[in-house]
Amino acid sequence: MRKKSEPTNNPRPGFVLEVDRQTPPILFHHGEGFRLEKLPIGRSRVIYPAEPLRGLDDPDEAIREALLNPIDEDPLPSLLHPGMKLTIAFDDLSLPLPPMQRPDVRQRIIEAVLDLAAEAGVDDVHLIAALALHRRMTEPELRHAVGDRVYEAFAPHGLLYNHDAEDPDGMVILGHTDKGEAVQMSRRAAESDLVVYVNINLVSMDGGWKSTATGLSGYQGVKAHHNVHTMRHSTSFMDQDNSELHRSNWRQGDIIKHHGPRIFQIESTLNTNTFGHDGPMAMLQKREWEWSMVDRASFATMQAGLKRMSPRARRMAFHSWRAPYDITSVQAGEVEAVHRKTTEMVYKQHLVPVEGQTDVVTMGLPYLTPYNVNSIMNPILVMVQGLGYFFNLYRGRPVVREGGVLIMSHPTPWEFHPVHHPSYIDFFEQVLADTTDPVEIEERYEKQFAEDEWYRHLYRTSYAYHGVHPFYMWYWGSHAMQHLGQVIVVGGEERAVRRLGFKPASTLSDALEMATDVVGSKPSITHLHNPPILMADVSAGSA
Amino acid sequence: MISEQLAGKRIAITGSTGFLGTALVERLLRQVPDCHLVLLIRPGRRSNPDQRARREIFRNDAFSRLLGELGKDQFWEEVDRRVTVIAGDVGTDGLGLDADGARAFADCDVVIHSAATVSFDAPLDGAVEVNLLGPTRIVQTLHELGAAPHLVAVSTCYVAGNRRGSAPEQLLSDSPFHIDVDWRAEVKAARRTRADFDAESRSAERLEQFRADARHELGAAGTPLLSAKTEQLRQRWVSEQLVEAGRARAASLGWPDAYAYTKALGERALDESRGDVPVSIVRPSIIESAWAEPRPGWIKGFRMAEPIIISYARGLLKEFPGVPEGVIDVIPVDLVVASIIAVAAKGAASDGSIEITQVASGTRNPLHYRRLVDLVSTWFTENPLYDRKGQPISVPEWSFPGRGAVERQLERVQKNLDRADKALKLLPLRGRQAMINAEVEDRREQVSRAMGYVKIYGAYAECEALYGVDNLLALQDSLDDGDKEPFACDPAIVDWSHYVREVHLPSVVEHARVKTTGERSDPDARTRRLRARVLAPERHLAAFDLENTIIASNVVFSYAWLATRNLPPRDRMRFTIKTLGEAPGLLALDQRDRTDFLRHFYRRYDGASVAEMDRLGQELLADHILTKAFPAALRRVREHRRMGHRTVLITGALDIVVKPLGPLFDDVICSEMSQLEGRYTGELLAVPPTGEVRAQALRDFADANGFDLAESVAYADSSSDLPLLDAVGFPVAVNPETRLASMAAKRGWLIENWSKAGAGTDKWLPLGPLPTPRKSRR
Repeated sequence: MRKKSEPTNNPRPGFVLEVDRQTPPILFHHGEGFRLEKLPIGRSRVIYPAEPLRGLDDPDEAIREALLNPIDEDPLPSLLHPGMKLTIAFDDLSLPLPPMQRPDVRQRIIEAVLDLAAEAGVDDVHLIAALALHRRMTEPELRHAVGDRVYEAFAPHGLLYNHDAEDPDGMVILGHTDKGEAVQMSRRAAESDLVVYVNINLVSMDGGWKSTATGLSGYQGVKAHHNVHTMRHSTSFMDQDNSELHRSNWRQGDIIKHHGPRIFQIESTLNTNTFGHDGPMAMLQKREWEWSMVDRASFATMQAGLKRMSPRARRMAFHSWRAPYDITSVQAGEVEAVHRKTTEMVYKQHLVPVEGQTDVVTMGLPYLTPYNVNSIMNPILVMVQGLGYFFNLYRGRPVVREGGVLIMSHPTPWEFHPVHHPSYIDFFEQVLADTTDPVEIEERYEKQFAEDEWYRHLYRTSYAYHGVHPFYMWYWGSHAMQHLGQVIVVGGEERAVRRLGFKPASTLSDALEMATDVVGSKPSITHLHNPPILMADVSAGSA
Repeated sequence: MISEQLAGKRIAITGSTGFLGTALVERLLRQVPDCHLVLLIRPGRRSNPDQRARREIFRNDAFSRLLGELGKDQFWEEVDRRVTVIAGDVGTDGLGLDADGARAFADCDVVIHSAATVSFDAPLDGAVEVNLLGPTRIVQTLHELGAAPHLVAVSTCYVAGNRRGSAPEQLLSDSPFHIDVDWRAEVKAARRTRADFDAESRSAERLEQFRADARHELGAAGTPLLSAKTEQLRQRWVSEQLVEAGRARAASLGWPDAYAYTKALGERALDESRGDVPVSIVRPSIIESAWAEPRPGWIKGFRMAEPIIISYARGLLKEFPGVPEGVIDVIPVDLVVASIIAVAAKGAASDGSIEITQVASGTRNPLHYRRLVDLVSTWFTENPLYDRKGQPISVPEWSFPGRGAVERQLERVQKNLDRADKALKLLPLRGRQAMINAEVEDRREQVSRAMGYVKIYGAYAECEALYGVDNLLALQDSLDDGDKEPFACDPAIVDWSHYVREVHLPSVVEHARVKTTGERSDPDARTRRLRARVLAPERHLAAFDLENTIIASNVVFSYAWLATRNLPPRDRMRFTIKTLGEAPGLLALDQRDRTDFLRHFYRRYDGASVAEMDRLGQELLADHILTKAFPAALRRVREHRRMGHRTVLITGALDIVVKPLGPLFDDVICSEMSQLEGRYTGELLAVPPTGEVRAQALRDFADANGFDLAESVAYADSSSDLPLLDAVGFPVAVNPETRLASMAAKRGWLIENWSKAGAGTDKWLPLGPLPTPRKSRR
């Protein structure tokens, strides 16, 4: 079953490489392309992620096992009975990244749940894509997530659909937390006898109460924690124990527990096998000095090919990639208990111990964020990828010291998807032209965008992110913006980079030179190697 | 003393809103404290004589000095006390006076007639009515009223005609070069010429040509606008023929232009008809800005020399004909005013003859053409104008060629520009590219204007007559010592170098509002200003066109998308290519008449299922409309809504296509098809809202909802939308096509160039998406 080239039982852990004379140029993602960069010798280090963990041999069996023997919860069959209202909610398009090869883990789990429901004679079943304020999924996207069989059985009857957080009759407030946070939920879910939530846990931010408290919520519920204050007190939002984002979601979860429907949480984890162990992009997840002649040749071929393609063709090529992830665990049952186990698995794949902070952190940004699957990675998403996600992939303390410099590489074109990101366009053209300060933006503009009728119309009937979504992107970066002394974008479109409030540089060495104005000469440099994803476990001490 | 001589006198003035007339009123009010003024003013189209007097005379900066001396309240009190305004028109028999006016006019002691058609390119009959018949009408009216005040008639030195040598202060009939023509016959002939050309302009061929020209200029703007334009072109043509006829007639009798010719005959007619009215004639040469009074450099209106000077300083007029040793006879306006007042104070000749006073500089203090050109070119070299890029413009050196050479050069340039203009209008350009055409057109107009100057004024620059000023000098001598300075009229006082460099040119440049510094003006400042006006809270209605204004698409594209949505893959491409193949034919029909085009095209929907189209409409939004939309347009609609303006979409597109965009607007006015048993018939319920119907639809909408179109905004992209744009107070041209671009630039409309957010999210061909393939690995 397992391919020969695949590393087997003993994937190597992540580690920190000190750059010396022997270190080859390091791979940087650069949007829909790549750069190979030489880092300064003697003061640079590269954090390499662990190799992909070994996947489950029989995922379907593992799923069945989890459903029948859940953690801190009765077996699923005992919760199912005729005449009940069952709602299956599942993570939306934003997970995993990139989308996985068929069958999607959601499809496997949902089919297993539906089998049990059928056995128990449950006939009132709804399936909801828990997209909160994300864009609606298209038919092909839904088919990819749940599989054709499920799609065709439910969608034509209106039983499989996208969550609509702006449906005036479709949302309820379950209550308020002791901090006054509203807990909002889809009416169908709230009025169900059981909600089965099907999650994919790609990074440690995902899952837990965030699945239901955020995924099935609307603007009223989400704004309780999607704000500058919460994000600045989430250090980081990837580290549940130090994340205000999670504390808020858990408080909301407490309300759901007492006033909402019974939740049966199913979480799954994937390994980091994004580009495969062989195939055209396999070298991307290898360490550079281990590239074979074949790897070098295929990289050179790919670079040459990409150069000749139109931006549109390049985008289509990358966005059609489906990752061959393996499922590493499935656990079901009570939300918090399940999530503890999930987090353990995620950390096992992602955490890399790093000693001490650095003056300058560098990162190559890929073509994809959770918000531009099958879409365009606009400048705001470039910001959120660098300052939102990559910066926050730490535990303990940020990789870069306070007042340090973040250098990210991405072409940052002034391009937007007119269908998916209409409010982003206006946010970029109007709001950012005025100010880049998250607090000011939140105060002066959020309400106007959040309550805009046209955005609401597009969110509900077309495929647009909610009007308020670009604000959340900006808040996602607010912790980093506060922490950093400067942000430099290598190879980005100058006008767009400046609009973001960042500094453009044409090469990495220019960027490093510019950084010395902020952090002094000969700064220490740390590169977050990507792909695949990693999370830095940063201890005190000097780099 | 003049002030004593004129004390208690009532002085009637015609032409007081003109350059000379205003200066005259100002000086009389300021320096002759006890006279009373009766201003004969023609009622304007929108204002009565009192309003005209206030706006065009007393609010002129000529009065700043008096206003400063008296203070605001006392100034207006003085005006009210000493000035009577009566309605009157020297172009009408009996001067068009009412009873009060006639009484006030009859009571006057002095009448100063300075009304004239001074534009050197006036149509023949207009010049005849005012210049030739004006003075005669005045004396006839006085006869009828039984009054005989002293009439001071302002004429021009150029009545002497195109000739070399001295031209003394005598009646034309006394001149040895006099050609005896019967002025009555000339009047008749001029009136007949008008009738002849008018008749010719109504011939079938001419009218056809005017229609074709109107269509070329406006495109498919709809019948009402095209008709209005056609009529405008016809009238313009008649007028042009009359200008040409005037020039030809004048030249045939030896005058430089129709102005001098009609003025000359006017003197003759006056001499014949004056009866017992004592008459003096004052003949100035070319009147230019003031030497000292009311302040150095004061000028009103953009006159003869100014456009030439500015065109030269802009580097536009590379040559101007003229004889370098010739004399340019220029006279500052204040000297003319002083002469007129002095003549009025002195009274007519005691022997009943007409006394003539020429106010000219040529013999007493000549300014040679070469000297003038030197002074001007040196001044502009030291104080250059700047082009749009902020670079100084260096002035060309004149070689004093003959008139023919200059005309030929300009004609060549104009021909090339004409060709460029034609070619550009044929190209389907939009937005910024279309603006090139606006520039070409601008340039073409400048050249055509330059050519006009050469044609009209060239004759003056070549004129070598020397005007005698003996009477003028005698007049200056006869003044009391106290009057000699305030009413100085001896041209010798003018220091030409000082006058040109320190007085006239600075004033001309200031008036012309040209760029005199290298500061780069903010090119967006104007756009921002216009945009702020469009988005001002006082606006209350904003109308939007759809195609190429909100989305870069059209009815053909949306039809192709809808039609291919359910076709099998092989037929889809064939279908779309076929539809697009018909595009040129459709486009031609569209250009001729949009309504016909839409009716013809919408037949294709015959038999389409209403329910199916409804469903597809929603998909169309995401897959087609939004990918083709201009985000800035969508934003603008919502900005208007936020300002509290009512927004309305007015389009010839079908309701099924427009429906998903509905929530963007407060109201939608669009085409609707009739239905039969759940299927569309392909026939429209009403005339589609395009062209003039669209303007009418907006008017109806505004009336029904109590909106004022003058406070409304309209956005559209093509000349077929002109009726809509014309209907509102604040039109905005969005990505305008060539014709609209030049029109918008000319009329100072806001022009927005909006683009798609796209980056390749929209499809090259308008194909509906394929039905989702069903594939499963399990």
